[in-house]
Amino acid sequence: MNVMDYFLHHPGEILGATLEHVELVAVAMLIAVAVGVPLGILVARRPWLSKPIVGSANVAETIPSLALLGFLLTVPWLGDRAGRLAVAALALYALLPIIRNTAAGIAGVDPAVREAARGMGMTERQILFQVELPLSLSTVLAGIRVATVLTIGIATIAAAVGAGGLGEYIFRGLAMVNNSLILAGAIPAAILALGADFLLSILERRLRPAR
Amino acid sequence: MTAEPAAHPIIEFRNASYQLPDGATLLDSVSMTIARGETLVLLGRSGAGKTTALKLINRLLEPTSGEILVEGRATTAWNSIELRRHIGYVIQEAGLFPHYTVVQNVSLIPRLERWPEERIRPRIEELLLLVGLDSGNFSQRYPHELSGGQRQRVGLARALAADPPILLMDEPFGALDPLTRADVRREFSALQQRLKKTIVLVTHDTSEALLLGSRIALTESGRLKGIYSPREFLHSSQPIASAYTAQLHALEEFERGQ
Repeated sequence: MNVMDYFLHHPGEILGATLEHVELVAVAMLIAVAVGVPLGILVARRPWLSKPIVGSANVAETIPSLALLGFLLTVPWLGDRAGRLAVAALALYALLPIIRNTAAGIAGVDPAVREAARGMGMTERQILFQVELPLSLSTVLAGIRVATVLTIGIATIAAAVGAGGLGEYIFRGLAMVNNSLILAGAIPAAILALGADFLLSILERRLRPAR
Repeated sequence: MTAEPAAHPIIEFRNASYQLPDGATLLDSVSMTIARGETLVLLGRSGAGKTTALKLINRLLEPTSGEILVEGRATTAWNSIELRRHIGYVIQEAGLFPHYTVVQNVSLIPRLERWPEERIRPRIEELLLLVGLDSGNFSQRYPHELSGGQRQRVGLARALAADPPILLMDEPFGALDPLTRADVRREFSALQQRLKKTIVLVTHDTSEALLLGSRIALTESGRLKGIYSPREFLHSSQPIASAYTAQLHALEEFERGQ
């Protein structure tokens, strides 16, 4: 049976797995953005925190994904449910590009602009929300885009712990030495990644401040 | 002699010094008073401490010893946000917000001060007219769509928005080409008469100092070398002052030789 046949005969099943995949990635990205952007701001504000924070995110990035899932399995609350475990691992992977780009975006704001803002009597909070973040939005978004594409690929590993998603097909195909099954998982994952990259890059270009 | 009682200067430096943590002294026990409504020009070469002195006034820096009084109160006793809203700040290259239009830039402080919308709009029009940017044409443009001279005018309008009694200007015309510079300076000089603000202006340009200053404070390596009226400055025998005026005399001699 070739791939096309498989797609034609099991559209609902593949769609279901794709939605499951999107859900895993979306939840993981929400958590990664909610944690990563504030950490990036913190790193930009307190450069001495850069080593510990960016360093830890870097270390998380270097752990092979299967091993990371294995480690997290032993963590009490996280290891209880497969979905939870997979989302935690994915969010950890997504963290580094988000932290790094947020910090770089804020550090890249023209010092003259920041100084004018302070000199005019804007509070630190007003400077952050009205000047620094709007001006670094496109850089932050570039980090989110890289992290999203990365996470869509890595999320196929989630099937290894039974969290579902498109990885189910890939693992099943590997076990049954069936290339069509592997492609049934890999092709939708690739399309998802390309689509996310495309949409986020449009948004990123829109938000880029004019020079 | 000024009519203003010297006992109530609007800004006063009392033995103010500023040292970097590494021990370098940027400003060395400066004492001076600035009277309400005058334009004091801080003249000196790069690294003379002019900008440091300016930043001490709006508390972007705090003195490491001595104090600076604004309206009779030490800057460190002011709430720094309140102090800065009381003082307009114009810097070289204007420091405009690139993601805001001209109107958004100029109306920023009134909006932060929660002025009602019906008070902001006429104020913006008034300001753009004042600095020679008739509102219809420029108001919706972004800073990158303006020339250097226009940006500088927007920077000035923004600093004046909430009508602060004090205006600090750090080489406001420094980034402009010589001809635009002369234009903007001449307009500013005319504006000065109408505004009746206390202005502290930093420059390294002698003719700018003579043209705009009611008094000229000469600084050199963090020290105040003297305060002169423009006339006194021109005829000063002080070696540093005459070094500055020598540039001007060179021009005169060149013209006589032609």
